[in-house]
Amino acid sequence: MTWEIVIGLEVHSQLSTNTKIFSGASTAFGAEPNTQADAVSLALPGVLPVLNKGAVERAIKFGIATGAHIAPRSVFARKNYFYPDLPKGYQISQFDLPVVGNGQLVIQVPAQGKQPAYEKTVRITRAHLEEDAGKSLHEDFHGMTGIDLNRAGTPLLEIVSEPDMRSAAEAVAYAKALHTLVQWIGICDGNMQEGSFRCDVNVSVRKPGQPLGTRREIKNLNSFKFMQQAIDYEVQWQIDTIENGGTIQQATILFNPDTGETRAMRSKEDAHDYRYFPDPDLLPLEISEEWKQQIAATLPELPHTKQARYQEQGLSAYDASVLTSARALADFFEATLDEAPGQIKLCANWLIGEVSAQLNRDGLDIAQCPISAQQLGGLLKRIADNTVSNSGAKEVFRTMWTEGGDADALIEAKGLKQVSDTGAIEKIVDEILAANADKVAEYRSGKDKLFGFFVGQAMKASQGKANPAQLNEILKQKLAG
Amino acid sequence: MLESSLQQLGAALRAKKISSVELTQLYLDRMARLNPRLNAYITLNPEISLAQAKAADARLAAGTAEPLTGIPVAQKDIFCAKDWLTTCGSKMLHNFVSPYDAHIISQFNNAGAVNLGKTNMDEFAMGSSNETSHYGPVKNPWDTQRVPGGSSGGTASAVAARLCAAATGTDTGGSIRQPAALCGISGLKPTYGVCSRYGMIAFASSLDQAGPMGRSAEDLALMMNVMAGFDERDSTSLQRDNEDYTRDLNKPLTGLRIGLPKEFFAEGMGSDVAKAIEAAIAEYKKLGATIVDISLPNSKLSVPVYYVLAPAEASSNLSRFDGVRYGYRAPEYGDLADMYEKSRAQGFGAEVKRRIMIGTYVLSHGYYDAYYIKAQKIRRLIAQDFVEAYKHCDVIMGPTSPSTAFKLGEKGDDPVQMYLSDIYTIAVNLAGLPGMSIPCGFGDNNMPVGLQIIGNYFDEARMLNVAHQYQLATDWHSRAPQGL
Amino acid sequence: MSLSTQDVEKVARLARLAMTGEEIETARAQLNGIFDLIAEMQAVDTSGVEPMSHSQDLSQRLREDRVTESDQRDAFQRIAPQVEAGLYLVPKVIE
Repeated sequence: MTWEIVIGLEVHSQLSTNTKIFSGASTAFGAEPNTQADAVSLALPGVLPVLNKGAVERAIKFGIATGAHIAPRSVFARKNYFYPDLPKGYQISQFDLPVVGNGQLVIQVPAQGKQPAYEKTVRITRAHLEEDAGKSLHEDFHGMTGIDLNRAGTPLLEIVSEPDMRSAAEAVAYAKALHTLVQWIGICDGNMQEGSFRCDVNVSVRKPGQPLGTRREIKNLNSFKFMQQAIDYEVQWQIDTIENGGTIQQATILFNPDTGETRAMRSKEDAHDYRYFPDPDLLPLEISEEWKQQIAATLPELPHTKQARYQEQGLSAYDASVLTSARALADFFEATLDEAPGQIKLCANWLIGEVSAQLNRDGLDIAQCPISAQQLGGLLKRIADNTVSNSGAKEVFRTMWTEGGDADALIEAKGLKQVSDTGAIEKIVDEILAANADKVAEYRSGKDKLFGFFVGQAMKASQGKANPAQLNEILKQKLAG
Repeated sequence: MLESSLQQLGAALRAKKISSVELTQLYLDRMARLNPRLNAYITLNPEISLAQAKAADARLAAGTAEPLTGIPVAQKDIFCAKDWLTTCGSKMLHNFVSPYDAHIISQFNNAGAVNLGKTNMDEFAMGSSNETSHYGPVKNPWDTQRVPGGSSGGTASAVAARLCAAATGTDTGGSIRQPAALCGISGLKPTYGVCSRYGMIAFASSLDQAGPMGRSAEDLALMMNVMAGFDERDSTSLQRDNEDYTRDLNKPLTGLRIGLPKEFFAEGMGSDVAKAIEAAIAEYKKLGATIVDISLPNSKLSVPVYYVLAPAEASSNLSRFDGVRYGYRAPEYGDLADMYEKSRAQGFGAEVKRRIMIGTYVLSHGYYDAYYIKAQKIRRLIAQDFVEAYKHCDVIMGPTSPSTAFKLGEKGDDPVQMYLSDIYTIAVNLAGLPGMSIPCGFGDNNMPVGLQIIGNYFDEARMLNVAHQYQLATDWHSRAPQGL
Repeated sequence: MSLSTQDVEKVARLARLAMTGEEIETARAQLNGIFDLIAEMQAVDTSGVEPMSHSQDLSQRLREDRVTESDQRDAFQRIAPQVEAGLYLVPKVIE
């Protein structure tokens, strides 16, 4: 490999508060333009910011979940630049002293071609609280741009990674793991179409062992697919540029999903002197050990911990990682397992197999699953105790999906209950053996293949309800004489 | 009636000797006659004022009046007042009819006071002579060739000329105390955080503080009872129990330790000012005070420190004036950058632009540590000087301003000379301490001299007591300009 | 230290203030006078001194996450230079 790719991410995660970070205006998505732009959001003369406790709580949750340092004292600073979607002419952010520092996130990079899947730890440099900007609408208003400030002041947690990723696949895996985590701990709704989770990707290339190359920052990627495409394009562009004797200039660039290309932004070119200074309207944010502990107590088991636990309980790494890819899926899995105790493998297989396939076909996510975890667990329990065969269970499942109903009732109604009574099965076997004495003799003289014939006859006689394992066992005994 | 104290006016209103409507009309008539000469007010709105007076009369009749109910109070045009043009002395806000009330305005409304009008001021409170107002300079009623001081010059002129019963000001580096001194009235800048800044158009957020201006310490105490108090909309507002600022007015001054900082009495102070200050100190000795010599060694650096910190904060605070959501937008422009640059260049006056540029420069890359951080460190040294001084004294006294009111245009071309006129007042803002100015005599040209009283944090009631006792013993505060 | 014409031009651009060449030169002279005054700070030894941002050593008060503001768009946009369809209009923004 001649070029090494170096990638770091800055993710803007909108925090799921009811109100803005510095005022009591609603943050609900989709309101009429500027109807949620209160006096503070509009930066009317004389208005002042007051910090939202809910935003701080969410930042603390994130810090705890990434094993980070949570600053006992952090400071809000003003980042000064002019832009019409930035009403104050400065963004309130954190600079020298962010609320969260030095965390990490374990990511699963999926297999690609010959390279197997692997795990990697990405270091998180910092995460800081700041306010979102408004939106510029470029539809033509007589050649002008329209400004909607509803989004202005929405709390953001900007999560900055170290440049630890070495491929687009790692970058996407990190972004996905972060996306899972922020939803998992309930600090962000993760809605990428609505801009709740936006990624800026810093990309550079270098020869292995050399110092870091000059990076270009791809702004505002709001889908994992685009992220992959944008990085692939950008990496190739940088390599081509250098190999053709050019140099890379630091730049902020945009990805155009229609063309699959990146291009440098024209605005903000002189905005690099942000003149940060501590915001005199806000006092230092202090977070006590006690507050941290209170919040830690409310955190759910984290995806990575859960995954490790599932593996200890017998699941494959792949299954464990799939089941912990979203909190709703893991919750569903565990509720299913509660109904079918001890059947972790069976529950995993069904969730990843039948249930996921059916959800995909219907275009639903796990939260919209028409079968409850209790229903599913009830069914799997009946597979486990041999009440129903696997194929019988699939039939029950299909009915349950479309018409609902409880497993036991459906098994009963469909007559799918297996015969597991040893006496009944022995009786059937005896009858079959008696009726086929010639075949029995052939079998006993060495024609092993006839075993399948006896199974088929016996199953037929039981109308398919005989427990296959039991039937096999009894047949073997009796044929052995 | 014009010479009555707030206490007396309140009593007259409650006794129905005069109605609030009559009192308000009295002032409005006087303003119609005198304001064109003094230019103390930017905006009058008799319809709203009289409606408030009428409502106050109803409250007085119903017996639910508070001490300031029905009393006409003028508001510095830095306070946003709903339905009032609120310009902050700037062309930038020439058309800004505020959609909301500042906390201070709500407090006066709740108290039933009448908003008599919005007083003139230096543009965005940047100035020491009221000559930077877009709405023209304010004249000093003692001599209309002279400045009233600034930035609360309109308020000072209006109070001195009896164009209101009392009024509000704001003080970032001396903007209440210096014009109070130059116009021969009393003014108090409270401890930073005592009066909410919500709705007060920001100049330098970590220094700005609202306060009352009036004809006596007793009037200031009544105003403070309305203005002070916690406001949850201002993160720097202090959560403290409400105080009655009149509670200590009548305490004797026996044993009061007055600190005189040697730096305030060194070169730079006019000899006429020095004479008046010395006489005032002598009067305090007669009232039972003892004098302690103290030193504020870093106070001489307060002007350079201030001219880093205040412009830095201002450059950022004034970025919101961009012609997008309210205020002035240039009539002709090309692209977005051109719209910003022209709107701001045309909307701001020279002094404001100068300070925005100073602030932008000191915050910019490569200079931040040398200027901004350095200034913040010296700010701490200046504040620590006061902590040390208050181990030895109860209040600190000195001149408010090195000279009496100067002539209009006299310091126009030299910003540095203008900045140095705040040399005695700025340290108080940097430390966040309360400071006041009371009239203590007259200097050359018969212009008033102000005595500055600096208190320890939250010592406003004691300072008002110290001022009030002096005003019981002297009559400088009740002198009025003649011949208007 | 003294500011060059380029310094003043850069500051004017950062602060979005349109200035003519003459205005730049006037500003340069005045700013240099002010920075001479400010330079007095440099003589002070401030090693070990903590910068002071606020006069009171307090921490930030937090607001409960509760909606307190209602839609006031009409009142707020009555004072706007140019609005259409509820949006503030500005010259075209090019990204």
